Amino acid sequence: MEFNLIEILLSPVTITIVKVLLVFGGLMIGILYLTLAERKFSAYIQGRIGPNRAGRYGLLQPVADGIKFLFKEDVIPTHVDVGLFVIAPILALTPALMLIAIVPFGNELILYGRRIPLQIADIDVGIIYLLAVASVGVYGAIIGGWASNNKYSLLGGIRASSQIISYEVSFILAVIGIVMTYETLRLSEIVQLQDSFLNWGIFRQPLGFPIFLIATFAETARMPFDLPEADAELVAGYHTEYGSIKFGSFQLAEFAHLITSSAVMATLYFGGWQIPGVAVNESPSLALSLAGVGSFLVKTSIIIFFFILVRWTVPRLRFDQLMQFGWKVLLPIALLNIFLTGLWITLLRSRGLASAPAR
Amino acid sequence: MTLDTKATVRVLKERHPEAILHAEDPFGNLVVTIKREDLLEVCKTLKTHPDLDYKLFLDLCGVDNLNRNQGPQFQAPYHVHLQGKGPGGGTVQNHRFEAVYHLYSIDKKHRVRLKVPLEESDLSLESVTPIWKGANWFEREAFDMFGFQFKGHPYLRRILTHEEFVGYPLRKDYDAEERHRLSRTYEVVDIEEVLAKPKEDMETGERMVLSIGPAHPATHGVYRFQVVLDGERIEECQTEIGYLHRCFEKMCETHDYNQVMPYVDRLNYLSAFMNNVGYCMAVEKLLGIEVPERAMRIHVILSEFNRIMDHMVCIGTNLVDLGALTNFWYFFQPREEIYSLIESCCGARLTVSYARIGGLMWDIPKDFIPRSKEILKKLPKFINDVDKMNTRNVIFRRRTVGVSDMTAEDAVDWGFTGPCLRAAGVPYDVRKAHPYYGYDQFEFDVPIGTRGDVYDRYLVRMEEMRQSIRIIEQALKDIPEGPVITDDKRVAMPPKEEVYTNIEALMQQFKLVMEGIQVPPGEVYTYTEAANGELGFYIISDGTGHPYRFKVRPPCFAVFQAFDSMVKGGLIADLVAILGSLNIVAGELER
Amino acid sequence: MQNSYIPLLIHLIVVGGFAVSSIIITHLIGPRKPSKEKLDTYESGVRYFGDARLRFHPKFFTVALFFLIFDVEVIFLFPWAISFRKLGLFGFVEMMIFLFILAIGLVYIWKKGGLEWK
Repeated sequence: MEFNLIEILLSPVTITIVKVLLVFGGLMIGILYLTLAERKFSAYIQGRIGPNRAGRYGLLQPVADGIKFLFKEDVIPTHVDVGLFVIAPILALTPALMLIAIVPFGNELILYGRRIPLQIADIDVGIIYLLAVASVGVYGAIIGGWASNNKYSLLGGIRASSQIISYEVSFILAVIGIVMTYETLRLSEIVQLQDSFLNWGIFRQPLGFPIFLIATFAETARMPFDLPEADAELVAGYHTEYGSIKFGSFQLAEFAHLITSSAVMATLYFGGWQIPGVAVNESPSLALSLAGVGSFLVKTSIIIFFFILVRWTVPRLRFDQLMQFGWKVLLPIALLNIFLTGLWITLLRSRGLASAPAR
Repeated sequence: MTLDTKATVRVLKERHPEAILHAEDPFGNLVVTIKREDLLEVCKTLKTHPDLDYKLFLDLCGVDNLNRNQGPQFQAPYHVHLQGKGPGGGTVQNHRFEAVYHLYSIDKKHRVRLKVPLEESDLSLESVTPIWKGANWFEREAFDMFGFQFKGHPYLRRILTHEEFVGYPLRKDYDAEERHRLSRTYEVVDIEEVLAKPKEDMETGERMVLSIGPAHPATHGVYRFQVVLDGERIEECQTEIGYLHRCFEKMCETHDYNQVMPYVDRLNYLSAFMNNVGYCMAVEKLLGIEVPERAMRIHVILSEFNRIMDHMVCIGTNLVDLGALTNFWYFFQPREEIYSLIESCCGARLTVSYARIGGLMWDIPKDFIPRSKEILKKLPKFINDVDKMNTRNVIFRRRTVGVSDMTAEDAVDWGFTGPCLRAAGVPYDVRKAHPYYGYDQFEFDVPIGTRGDVYDRYLVRMEEMRQSIRIIEQALKDIPEGPVITDDKRVAMPPKEEVYTNIEALMQQFKLVMEGIQVPPGEVYTYTEAANGELGFYIISDGTGHPYRFKVRPPCFAVFQAFDSMVKGGLIADLVAILGSLNIVAGELER
Repeated sequence: MQNSYIPLLIHLIVVGGFAVSSIIITHLIGPRKPSKEKLDTYESGVRYFGDARLRFHPKFFTVALFFLIFDVEVIFLFPWAISFRKLGLFGFVEMMIFLFILAIGLVYIWKKGGLEWK
């Protein structure tokens, strides 16, 4: 009887559902508290206090915000294209939340003799999925900007699309550097291969990482690349006409994108769940697996922290500068990075040296 | 005549003997009255003659002389002499209006007030915009307020009031109770003309007509820019202001001189005390009152503190518009302390009304000096931090260097004063050129820029804050002892004990409270260096208890009129950067 | 767990369900007090001129074309990158020629002024 219960509980479908719910819940809570963290941290930088009314230290502020969004009037202006107007926030939010599915957030967990990979879907074209889903998110901005029939929204939507597609190329090229190094598209394998400090992506791809970092800033439309919604110029950019939870969805998408991008960055360049100095264990103990999850979360948090720090430090670029930087600076360097990576690996191998992490 | 020794009068008499109707110099302000027909020629001489060199157009305002010569205290104003008649001559009705120009020469350091009498039946006169670009908005204002018709003005339409406004509010016979409702939004750009223009490149694509403001995050204050965009590029821009116009000058005409003080606070509310000082100076001049040493010193200290705060807000908001949000709130901390210091002096923080005609409301608190020194010790850290964060930041420089370059000639031509003028490389600062309140006793430098772009304006303001700290440090060293307000019975309240014991003091108190300060007839223009530039007050008194005509020369009004030409050809992001760098304060702009 | 895409489907259902349902719920429980001003297009608080549905500057269209070209070419790099070591020196040289052609395309666009925004 008891055996059967475990059997049911540990059946693949149940496990997947549990994992999905856990990850989704964790991500949502992460997003909610990221808003608070960002506000508190910016307050600290600027010598303010930050939210401190809802709950102790403002800890209930995100909850209050969420509830407020839900109970706001759902305004759909008369001039908009209603169908597209409603679909846009869904299109923005869903892909942003979908990205996390392929990120391995820990090593395998061994429960009752069963190996449970700590990753929702370990697909063999993980990186392609990553690129594909990440680019769908821009449709939310474009469609939202166009459907609103508002000039500021239109400008914001056009800015968003131009910006994201311009940096997409460099983004992909930076990722190709990683693929060349590890020769796989499977994210779990990429993490497995980063088993020592020197095998981390950031050391294997010292030029590729800054490209990836800058492109990520642009793709997530964070300062200094937050032109699609530059408040001083375009009021609120593509979501000017949105209110209540639809506006909330765009905000959620933005923060979700930030978290997942940081998680992907940690995975590709900082060894994911690998703990520095601890060798990969084929059958990790429960504690070791959880420590791996902790390592992954710490790395991701540090990257998010960096994003916030930059957000509150620098001014934003101008649109023409942004486009020129993407095409004239970042893209040539990204192409150069491919060349250098190839050259490096080829040279090392011709001398009989290890050119890649051992498989 | 001693006036003939003045270059202006001499040259004008040589060149235009027919044009001059009268010349005098009350309170050291040279006043030349000329015929309307010769205005343009005289102005050309004034600007181009090497001995005159009036390149800076300061101010233009209208005056309505209706009923001015009535009342018991009436003394003949100058215009009675226009046709050689004595006091009480009937020419006033014929010259009900006059247009008053204030001009300045930065090199020669002299000023002139040019008056053009106008008859009610024909209010047209030549526009001087071909000579000084900076006359543009001032002429529009005079048209708006008095109905003067400026011939040859490029864009003569109402500026402070709205399109459906009826009548001319600053005329004396205008009924202030009237209400005019605006029924719809008006286009300010001639859209059809702009859209009909062929595009420069042969590429297709439609132009977008967009309103930036009044309710837009970048317009701190309320103004509206109607822009025509080609992609993100601004092809055409027209500014609409007047959303915050509150008839300040009209209200002053019905209030007594002390009641004007709180209104003055609300001009540039970021540095309210400086407005107080400027206003008091004008009335003091009319009354011939000397301010005690101690009050002067406190004026200087608090003015410089106000300048620091004003520049902090300007730099902060400029950076906010560029996306660097932190600096603005970071600057809140020193500002907060300065506000507290001012609060300890007078009880108010933002709109202080601390100065009085003849001095100060009351003395500074005992701990004023140590507190000021404490703040001065902290200030450089904040300024340096913002400096480090931005001045050499690549993105910041790319966003600001070369944006809205302004040559020195252009800046002067537009009537720029203050940091915007100095950023263009013209070292004109009233505190140096015409020291007042003992500014000549202090050592300080006037920073100037080279290109006049957004970046230079930022740098000039940063440096001016440091110089202000220097001035305050010197001023704090030896604040003279003594009273803080003059003992002149016409303006100062008698001590309380005397009011209770002495009938004369009681009378004086009663008169001051019930009738207000009585200012003898006359007219004066005084100027101080406010945070945005030369803040001028032109006050005409007809001997009653309230100003007959009150005109402020708001520095940012002159600066703002250049905005349209500055943003043309730039991107939306440039518009925002330029707007922030000009420090337009709607309260001062629209009065 | 034979098919690793099933979890993705489950994830999509949960995430999409959340996105859709939150909008529907707000629509149902939120108050509804429409007014003319509230339902009007926002343009800085004044009456707007014209419509936002206009033919936009073609510059943005050319950017989209550049992206398309580069993106398609870059996708070709993936199979090559995965089997980079197996292909050896020959593969490296071959792909560098391909990248070189791509770079020439970039230089061409650059020289033609396609990347200028002034």
